[in-house]
Amino acid sequence: MRHLLSIEDLDRAAIEHILDRAKSFTEVSEREIKKVPALRGRRVLNLFYEASTRTRSSFELAAKALSADVVNFAAGGSAVEKGESLKDTVQTLSAYRPDLIVIRTPHVGAAHLVARWTDAGVVNAGDGKHEHPTQALLDVYALRDRIGSLDGASIWIVGDVLHSRVARSCIHAYLKMGARVTVCGPPTLIPRDMEALGCDVEYTLDRLHEADVVYALRMQNERMSDSFVPSLREYAARYQIDGSRLAPGQVLMHPGPVNRGVELAAEVIDSPQAIIGQQVAAGVVVRMAVLYELLAGRGAAQPAAPSIAAVPA
Amino acid sequence: MTLDARPAAPANLLIRGAYVLDPRAGIDAVLDVLVRGGEIAELGSDLTAPDDVEVVDGEGRHLFPGFVDPHVHLRTPGQEHKETLESGTRAAAAGGYVTVVAMPNTEPVVDSASVLLSLREQARREARVPVGFVAAVTRGLGGEALTEMAELRDAGALGFTDDGKPVHRAGILRKALQYQRLAGGVLCLHEEDPTLSGRGVMHEGAVSARLGLAGIPSVSESTLIARDAALAGYEDGRIHIQHLSARESVEAVAAAKARGVRITAEASPHHLTLTDQALLEQLDTRLKMNPPLRAEEDRDALVTGLREGTIDCIATDHAPHAREEKEVPFEEAPMGTTGLETAFAALYTELVLPGVLPLALVVDKLSAGATLLDLPVPAIERGRPADLCLVDLDAEWEAGEHGYESRADNCCFAGRTLRGRVVATVAAGAVAYRERVLA
Repeated sequence: MRHLLSIEDLDRAAIEHILDRAKSFTEVSEREIKKVPALRGRRVLNLFYEASTRTRSSFELAAKALSADVVNFAAGGSAVEKGESLKDTVQTLSAYRPDLIVIRTPHVGAAHLVARWTDAGVVNAGDGKHEHPTQALLDVYALRDRIGSLDGASIWIVGDVLHSRVARSCIHAYLKMGARVTVCGPPTLIPRDMEALGCDVEYTLDRLHEADVVYALRMQNERMSDSFVPSLREYAARYQIDGSRLAPGQVLMHPGPVNRGVELAAEVIDSPQAIIGQQVAAGVVVRMAVLYELLAGRGAAQPAAPSIAAVPA
Repeated sequence: MTLDARPAAPANLLIRGAYVLDPRAGIDAVLDVLVRGGEIAELGSDLTAPDDVEVVDGEGRHLFPGFVDPHVHLRTPGQEHKETLESGTRAAAAGGYVTVVAMPNTEPVVDSASVLLSLREQARREARVPVGFVAAVTRGLGGEALTEMAELRDAGALGFTDDGKPVHRAGILRKALQYQRLAGGVLCLHEEDPTLSGRGVMHEGAVSARLGLAGIPSVSESTLIARDAALAGYEDGRIHIQHLSARESVEAVAAAKARGVRITAEASPHHLTLTDQALLEQLDTRLKMNPPLRAEEDRDALVTGLREGTIDCIATDHAPHAREEKEVPFEEAPMGTTGLETAFAALYTELVLPGVLPLALVVDKLSAGATLLDLPVPAIERGRPADLCLVDLDAEWEAGEHGYESRADNCCFAGRTLRGRVVATVAAGAVAYRERVLA
């Protein structure tokens, strides 16, 4: 495995391999000295063209826990603001000989492009509204921890599917892990022909009780301006997951950051059914596993990790 | 004469033994074609070559009437880093085209007689094949105020278009249709309702849902065609629909034709041969154009529309862009693919060879665009100017990443193996292109 660009590239065995690796790293996070030398001397570059708190910091923590050197490169305050193209930026930064570039951009396919322009491995930390593969991996990890196997589980993804890279990566990941996926939201926020991804589509929460897992998406304020929904009030009235809609036994997930009182009511966020905190915690170990899989096998120092994704040049 | 080209010596050629196919003239036979002083002097068997005439071996090759493209972007003036009149018409000649018609969305926009006249003068210095120009419908393509259409016609505008944008206000288009009675010239329409296409970058459907890219729905095109056909019918105006891409659009044009509206339509080689599935193989910015590559049912409807005559002609919408402009993420890249140098080969490979369309139909539609602009359609007939292209149908070649006559290499067919290669083009009686062959 050279890059992690999308969940679509992975098969079930590859996902399980990463998650099993992540499991083996949980012990590191519980040590007093939260560090192992697995990636000592490796250079990881975080290249973020969009604001990010948890993704960037968890990649940084993951890299440091494996003793890699990390440089954070934010687009603001850099040559990017002077009009440097993505290609030039990547080629310039590649001159620093990074072993891995973790990239987030607002543009679909940008991570794939970067992979063509650099010798470093590339991890997609979000490319526009396309995919966010490590989010889906950590979600599967956290969910496996709670319910065991995903085989046969019914997972509802509720909210703004149209603008969500998390939704797309999660649909692929959950389906590959044997779950059934239903996306639910206002018709304005569900892409046309979404069923082609293999999921079901619902426009109301009437059958939400059939779900084993409810995955709420973040509802962004800016969606009001384009009339995707008439008001947050109406959205919340129809789609908010609250104590009356969340059935006992259902697991509640959310990729964060949560808009309290919009997509989720306060009482469910704080209920034991929610595993939102576990998702965040899983972020570090899953990203450690991804970094390890991509880097430990490269070069002569470590035994080669099994290849889990072929990426076209 | 409203076409311009740099002066070139009239050709004296005897093309011997080529398979001559001119569907309109009803020629479909192996013949010798004698060109003297740039005119087709004789057609027959075993013609003898006069002393001053070069003999071209046509054996095993096909000779067609040269192609006419009613829709290209030559980027001049103002964007010569993408294409020039010289490079664009060289690309045309290499693709078998003997006439191309340039769109006015340049910098400045071709919206006044002075810009048009200076452009025509430049064409008389640079153009390798005759080039014609259509002028803008509205000043600065702003969609608000009509250009001086009558004066532009006097200055040589073949027609009018705001191509790249729709004429969004129905009231402005209606006035242009009324004014057409005075000025003449067809109105060529880019049909796209921007309130539906929004920030879309590809066809809206299963592929855009998968990629998370904003979609351009088919109805953004067909609804505006329906509106404009209604206006043209009401004003008895003449409109031409550019680059049809969707099944619904073919239906809208067919319905208007059935009602007697004076409407014609074009389709591009890429819309006739590719679909949005190509974007799943690689999210390549060369596959980004407006209108976008659509679904298989759309492509199929376009092919049927071409076969049945709903679509009148093939136009490339040759849209060159500089490499650095296309070497960016998909959503950031400008719309457009080049097309002049691959048009025939793409259509021959994808539609003629598999038996979907007859060769004669494709050859006919590749020059039929002349009609809508009131230009003579090239014909292989005695006494006509030699507008010819000689093609090796067996030649297999790979559309390259680079190496085009065009300044640009953003060709959506790059990397594909194509059959059929233009080996020579004679445009307006002069040799415009000859394949370079290394011995």
